[in-house]
Amino acid sequence: MSATDTREVILEARELTREFDGVKALDRFSFQLHRGEILGLLGANGAGKTTAMNCMLGLTLPTSGDLFAFGKTLEAHRIEILKKTNFSSAYVSLPGNLKVWQNLIVFAQIYGVKNPKKKIAELLELLEVAHLKDRVTGQLSAGESTRVNLCKAFLNDPELLMLDEPTASLDPDIADKVRKVVRKVQSDRNIGILYTSHNMRDIEEVCDRVIFLHKGKIVAEGTPDQIVQKFSENSLEDVFIKIARSGDLEA
Amino acid sequence: MNLRVIWALVLRYIFLYTRNPVRLVEMVFWPVVDLLVWGNLTLFLQRNTTQEFGNYILFLLGAMILWDIMFRAQQGVAISFLEDVWTRNLLNIFVAPVRTSEYLGATFAVGVLRIMVTGVVLGTIAWFGYAFNVFILEWWLVPFFLNLMLFGWSLGMISTALILRWGQAAESLAWAVPFFIQPAVAVFYPVADMPAWSQPVAWAFPATYIFEGMREVMRTGTMNLTLLAQAFTLNLIYLAAAGGLFLWILRLTRKRGLLTKFATQ
Repeated sequence: MSATDTREVILEARELTREFDGVKALDRFSFQLHRGEILGLLGANGAGKTTAMNCMLGLTLPTSGDLFAFGKTLEAHRIEILKKTNFSSAYVSLPGNLKVWQNLIVFAQIYGVKNPKKKIAELLELLEVAHLKDRVTGQLSAGESTRVNLCKAFLNDPELLMLDEPTASLDPDIADKVRKVVRKVQSDRNIGILYTSHNMRDIEEVCDRVIFLHKGKIVAEGTPDQIVQKFSENSLEDVFIKIARSGDLEA
Repeated sequence: MNLRVIWALVLRYIFLYTRNPVRLVEMVFWPVVDLLVWGNLTLFLQRNTTQEFGNYILFLLGAMILWDIMFRAQQGVAISFLEDVWTRNLLNIFVAPVRTSEYLGATFAVGVLRIMVTGVVLGTIAWFGYAFNVFILEWWLVPFFLNLMLFGWSLGMISTALILRWGQAAESLAWAVPFFIQPAVAVFYPVADMPAWSQPVAWAFPATYIFEGMREVMRTGTMNLTLLAQAFTLNLIYLAAAGGLFLWILRLTRKRGLLTKFATQ
């Protein structure tokens, strides 16, 4: 954690631990996400990234430790916090049996978006999927589906956004567009984003700071350049491979 | 509780059923088939029994329609939840600012809409096909409807809680739960004609009082208000217990990390 970052802390985990049948998926995991920051969460499969995100979204209760969002405990202020938060994952879909605009109208109503039709039209334009609004969601390609999911994620102008592998299975062109939109929205609205990805280019281009997880613990933290230098490697991908293979390293 | 959130979740089902006419047909198909079977049985028995008994057995059609109300209410809750599972949308709902009470409220409302659609269809077919007027129950139809709906909601919460706990392997409970209790709640026969050992079991369910009350209204034109009060009291108990069970299982599911596995299968 940076001791000098004076921006508002909008998401904080303190000694977060999550055990499943005696195995620690997260082990005293602590971090802070500041307003206006994109924080990347990296790690091999099973490192604890998804468990961390699930705890922060309230989908899984931690075994111990504390979680705060906007200075308030997550469990006690869940609805209030979720109104200012949103989420998109490559593994979670909008109902495939409704049209794109129908799905977005439903979520716009849930989040209490003012002028939902206008907002939806703006987001569809921003993500370059306006031509898909009358398409059935289940018939979209992976890239189209990801961008529609992002429209949902931006609907309520969240102050805290969690993106779980947003460019998974996207071609380089669409992945690049998605990264640019994420950066644009983040900087226009000064929001905090927690971003998980296996795509190192995503991390290098999008994230201000990165946390590497291995077996539920933080083994590296800093800007992408700082981490590369610290591990004396040539790229973030090489650091990823080093950690994934040898793992028991300290940050 | 925010009505706008409940409306949003109900709107999803309105879009779903209006977008695809096959869904609407599916909603009424099985109730109509049931009605035709019971209606034809009623006609057969009327023609081959004494006139007194023939008039009496019209209650079979009334029972079938009232049973469908309870079944649709239960289905409204369970199928609404399963739709979110099948479309992998459950996590989107749980990370949105939707309270559990609002989610359940929306499923209750969907059940009411389903009941209204099938009720109108069944009532119309019963009248034109079998000269059975469901309004023979007069204003008693309202408390009967309400009590059966409340019990259907309780059964819906119970079946949804079981599915939450055991995952999609328990999906068949969405359909099976009402039929577990159908033999016990005296839908098509009076409690007095059930085996002696099963009668206390029958009286443990609020629906039994309604079906007994229905037969009394059709036979005598009057209603034993004690039956209605007992049904309502039992319904409050069942609603509280079912709601408590649902909340407990939901918390357990979150504690064990089952929600995420379950929702992304």
